Amino acid sequence: MSADGSVIPPQVPLTPALEASALTRAFGARRAVHDVSLALQAGQCLALFGPNGAGKTTLLRMLAGLLKPTGGSARIHGRDLRAEGGNSARSLVGLISHQSMLYSALSARENVEFAAKLHGLPDPHGAAERSLASMRVLDRADAPVRSLSRGLQQRVSIARATVHQPRVVLLDEPYTGLDEAGAVALTSQLQSLRASGAALVLVTHNVAEGLAIATHAAMMIAGRIARLDARDTLDADAYHREYREVVVHA
Amino acid sequence: MPSTLATALLIARKDLAIEFRTRTAFFSAIVFALLGIVIFFFAWDSTAVAAIDLAPGVLWVIFTFSGLLGLQRSFGVETADRAMDALLVAPIPREAIYLGKALANFAFVAGIQLVTIPAVAIFYNLPMGDAIPVLAAIATLAAIGLVAVGTLFSAMAVNTRLAELLLPMLSLPFFVPIVMGASGSTARLMAGRPIAEALPWLRILGAYDVVFIVACALLFPFTLDE
Amino acid sequence: MTENDELQIPRDARDDMAAQGDNKPILDTMFWIAAVAVAGAYVRAIMFTPTEARQGLAQKIYYIHLPAALNAYLAFTIVALCSVVYLWLRDPRADRLAESAAEVGVVFTTVVLTTGPIWGKPIWNTWWTWDARLTLTLFLWFIYASYLVLRGAVDDPGMRARYSAVLGILGALLIPFIHLSVYLFRTLHPMPIVLKPERPSLPNEMLTTLTLSFIAFVILCIALIRVRYRLSVAREQLAELEAR
Repeated sequence: MSADGSVIPPQVPLTPALEASALTRAFGARRAVHDVSLALQAGQCLALFGPNGAGKTTLLRMLAGLLKPTGGSARIHGRDLRAEGGNSARSLVGLISHQSMLYSALSARENVEFAAKLHGLPDPHGAAERSLASMRVLDRADAPVRSLSRGLQQRVSIARATVHQPRVVLLDEPYTGLDEAGAVALTSQLQSLRASGAALVLVTHNVAEGLAIATHAAMMIAGRIARLDARDTLDADAYHREYREVVVHA
Repeated sequence: MPSTLATALLIARKDLAIEFRTRTAFFSAIVFALLGIVIFFFAWDSTAVAAIDLAPGVLWVIFTFSGLLGLQRSFGVETADRAMDALLVAPIPREAIYLGKALANFAFVAGIQLVTIPAVAIFYNLPMGDAIPVLAAIATLAAIGLVAVGTLFSAMAVNTRLAELLLPMLSLPFFVPIVMGASGSTARLMAGRPIAEALPWLRILGAYDVVFIVACALLFPFTLDE
Repeated sequence: MTENDELQIPRDARDDMAAQGDNKPILDTMFWIAAVAVAGAYVRAIMFTPTEARQGLAQKIYYIHLPAALNAYLAFTIVALCSVVYLWLRDPRADRLAESAAEVGVVFTTVVLTTGPIWGKPIWNTWWTWDARLTLTLFLWFIYASYLVLRGAVDDPGMRARYSAVLGILGALLIPFIHLSVYLFRTLHPMPIVLKPERPSLPNEMLTTLTLSFIAFVILCIALIRVRYRLSVAREQLAELEAR
């Protein structure tokens, strides 16, 4: 698959959109992520559950190229995230978290345009416009971000993270602080991202929300992936009960 | 993909836009500088020490301290909502972040100089006249050095537990050659001595700028999250 | 301990443990040799070296002052080298050595800065003089004291190591600029003339004592760095045990 977004027909054997092999990260003596391997094809969405401190965020930050692994490697569409600064791999990644990563003094439009320019898009103004429109925040686009509600800020943040049409979108607790309407808008945006061929990794505490859009579900405990299932083999209620067990015992 | 310089300009413009919207840091730095100039005047017996002997030191000490206010804010903007993560995920060279931040800080510091230098000249009744071009050169050299080191330390300090305390503590020893060089050469200049007498100081300032721009740009990537 | 737990210990900590054995005392033989050597050198300085005619007994402090200064420079050179090595190889041992050397260096500069005035008061009739070398030492103390503060202000070991290596390198680059500035400041501002000890005309016996004292201090410097290094290994092992 190329950066311009053209989709290779699915029958061709694909390089995974996202591939982690034996990823490990230690902070001093503490091993936050231990030997995690996974592969995600375009259009798939992995929901990553786990108790606090299980290493979900650390794993996500390694997949985004923000953290250097102490061992193993991560690739985006076959491009190494650490080789030569990882710029060509990073241009395919979008990162969303519960922190907006926006500049609160600037307007929504300025924020998204800035992101578009950082990615070197040919028409940053148009790209920002389209991205804001798809998140339905155009009407408030010129208000400073700090005047927007938490839910609107999060939508702007998603417009920012997806302005360059990333092929891999990494989400760290994106539902935190969102109201009902915001959560619905986020879910539908994630679904359309998937439909457009992006691979998603969604870190969340909320099993129901995670399973609503996931094609795969993984449970992370003490730095390792404890189990990994395809969504359609799972019974949501049973999974939820089991997850609660795990969290209580962690 | 945009070049390092284009990206740096983009980041600098973004920082200045934020500063222009809020104006808090710049405005408080200016007021701080003016207050400092006034307080210094009364800290000495003006009948015993001629204002012209006092002024160069006051100018550059005040400049350094008010510059710290701008540097303090530089990476604070990025950490507030973790906007830094978005910069780091973007496909841009890490050096561009340093360069962009440094350019914005330079504009900030130069803006402070544009107010403090005339203010000192007026309050301390300095004979400016022909001195202006050389003084501008001194100011530029001093600002470059201050920003080169200060930007790097600002990036480090925001990630520590002692953010506000640590930046001055790390930076001030590094500002010593700048303050000495700038006030040394300004003093010669104000005393109406030939420029050749200020030249050794200007050379030190110039060498300092070159050494620390290169070193800090090279070392900056090591200060980022890894 | 299961096989799995064994693997949790970082390799370099294990190497250190293997190299030093688990229950070696923090203060080892070398430290005691150094202590005796310094004491010996000083006994010689006080009892068996002639008293300088003009400065009297105050001059005896010279045998601490100068060796301490030289060894502080030695320690800070180690900091700079280890900082470069750390950023290059990412070997935690380089970081630990830099930390140990910085701490010892700060102790030695503190000694220099306290003995300087004690020596200077009776000789120069002033506690402090902005002598180029003394001023430089003062700034060294500032730089490396903030280096130690920085280390204390960062929690993540990897980040702490990178930050301090960056400061370690920049600090070394700063030293020549401070030296030049102070030198230029002094040549441009005539200072009150102070009496200086004439170094080349040091009598032989004093020179021997000074050399012996210097050697004793080098041993002490290395011994202290080793002690500090071992302490930091022990601390890390403790942190690991607590993290488990």
